[in-house]
Amino acid sequence: MGHGGGGAMSAELVEHLFLPAYGSAAAAELGDSAVVTVGEGTRLAFSTDSFVVKPMFFPGGSIGDLAVNGTVNDLAMSGATPLFMSSAFILQEGTALTDLGRIAQDMGAAARAAGVRLVTGDTKVVDSGSGDGVYVNTSGIGVIPAGVDIGPRRAAPGDAVLISGDIGVHGVAVMSCRDGLDFGTTVESDTAALHGLVAAMLATGADVHVLRDPTRGGVAASLNEIATASAVGVELIERDLPVPDTVRDACSLLGLDPLQVANEGKLLAIVPADCADRVLAALTAHPLGRRARRIGTCVTGHPGMVVARTGLGGTRVVGLPVGEQLPRIC
Amino acid sequence: MKYLDEFSDPGLARRLVDEIHAATTRPWAMMEVCGGQTHSIIRHGIDQLLPDGVEMIHGPGCPVCVTPLEIIDRALAIAARPGVVFCSFGDMLRVPGSGQDLFSVKSAGGDVRVVYSPLDALKIARDNPDKEVVFFGIGFETTAPANAMTVHQARRLGVRNFSLLVSHVLVPPAIAAIMESPTCRVQAFLAAGHVCSVMGTSQYPPLAEKYQVPVVVTGFEPLDILEGVRRTILQLEQGRHEVENAYPRAVRDEGNLPAMEMLRDVFEVTDRTWRGIGMIPDSGWRLSGRYAEFDAERRFDVAGIRTAESSLCRSGDVLQGLIKPHECAAFGKECTPRNPLGATMVSSEGACAAYFTYRRLELVDAK
Repeated sequence: MGHGGGGAMSAELVEHLFLPAYGSAAAAELGDSAVVTVGEGTRLAFSTDSFVVKPMFFPGGSIGDLAVNGTVNDLAMSGATPLFMSSAFILQEGTALTDLGRIAQDMGAAARAAGVRLVTGDTKVVDSGSGDGVYVNTSGIGVIPAGVDIGPRRAAPGDAVLISGDIGVHGVAVMSCRDGLDFGTTVESDTAALHGLVAAMLATGADVHVLRDPTRGGVAASLNEIATASAVGVELIERDLPVPDTVRDACSLLGLDPLQVANEGKLLAIVPADCADRVLAALTAHPLGRRARRIGTCVTGHPGMVVARTGLGGTRVVGLPVGEQLPRIC
Repeated sequence: MKYLDEFSDPGLARRLVDEIHAATTRPWAMMEVCGGQTHSIIRHGIDQLLPDGVEMIHGPGCPVCVTPLEIIDRALAIAARPGVVFCSFGDMLRVPGSGQDLFSVKSAGGDVRVVYSPLDALKIARDNPDKEVVFFGIGFETTAPANAMTVHQARRLGVRNFSLLVSHVLVPPAIAAIMESPTCRVQAFLAAGHVCSVMGTSQYPPLAEKYQVPVVVTGFEPLDILEGVRRTILQLEQGRHEVENAYPRAVRDEGNLPAMEMLRDVFEVTDRTWRGIGMIPDSGWRLSGRYAEFDAERRFDVAGIRTAESSLCRSGDVLQGLIKPHECAAFGKECTPRNPLGATMVSSEGACAAYFTYRRLELVDAK
């Protein structure tokens, strides 16, 4: 299970199994999407993602809008305008058509809201017991505007680290409707399409270096990947992290680190320090970025490592989660 | 839990740190008993704020860490059987037995489920009368009342397909065992607040008196820990060895009387092997004769499983405060959270995992 958790085990699977097997057929910068050039220099962002979330319906969303928004966001993290998407279903025999219809409705609504078109798809059914309800894969294509160069290797010492809002909300929302957990309040997923937020940032003229959509593995996994790819250190100020009380309490209860909990409607932006204020202003002026803030800085020290300055003035390493986060005993 | 903010206030923390520095005239070594305290100390960098001579020795109070290998192997054997639903708290799933862990059993088709309460496991048993449902009941005095209540409920409701694999351990005998060790360096204890919230403080004055050590009942938030350290330093500097309650918002001296009554009914004291330490007399609980039918070891006949530890792992020395995690030759090399040789590396509250997760920066810088 840990190999699908977005942490160290997932990264090792890609590095040690898939990339060697693909050999020269692979061209991977390991960003949220691949950037390919076609025709007269047109740059396309291309991304694929599979969705196996359980339960399929959760406060604030479903596997349907998650499947659209997730791939839209992977494209948007390259600065691309998402255009076309596929939708492929693997269904377990016995899946209720009413559930499938609701998921399809959610996908259509999310695609219309994001301005993308669902242009191709596929459906397979597996024996009862061979799957677990509904699995969805979406792939997407978008066009990257001229002059935009966003990638995981562009973080530089001195750059500001921004987050577009509260962290850990989606992960806690999904956990809250699993058996045996009741946080005494409803936490709604933050699932949302972020390409409009990216467009608002780019409209400031800022040279945005890196964008990441911190889904599985949370902010911790994304920042570790950026630190490694760019060979910079990242220093976070723990007190500046926007962690809502509900998320903090749930994490406290379960022994989880909010930095390692999944998000579905947030982005991390690494921008030159002299652009930070105007990018932040653009973020906070957008409905999806009202609670954006600066949470840290890229540094020359401890390259490849993310370090948080604690509220008491100490420091701690913020590592990649190993696999799935496991609630602790006491 | 908004009120917890006050317990990590940096201004108040600074005042406590200043008082600790002002009171400290010489080196002292104190042990925080509980793994939750260890995790908090390392995560918040509290040890970095203390005077150079004040050493925090990380104690054996991580229930996952001290669960003996043979119990984990018995859990694996039970969980692999067809028709069994094996329920556990999440952090036990990655703890290595001799060769595999519960995740491996799950991957191989075993029905292993993470639950958040033993009562969830009882509900699974009632919903699945054709299955044998087993709950992995590990932990200190903190988790034992809920497990006791669940077995009590199972008997009251006549749920015969539920059983408990028990590996409960008790703090006071462990403190005695640590103090009896000829290599012991511990001069004071921060007692585990959550254990005392169940059991009260009455077991500690005899220990404080016999071993001439201060015992300060301490909570888990940063200010709780700093206050525990401050009071401990004051006692050490003044030559006192008393039991103090620095966690009064959760701990009453008499403890939780209904919980203790339930524990007396369901469990009885037994010798218990602690992973990394060995057998400590009268340091554990097993199901009492009245509830023996709910004992998973008997039901599945696995009590004969015996296993040996990795020879590389020095978690026992870590659990007794004899070495720091990074002083073990296998730390970060053969032994990481991905491939833990011992449970101190696998549990989020294990000292080795806390050092690996939060302290690699200094450990790299020191090389």
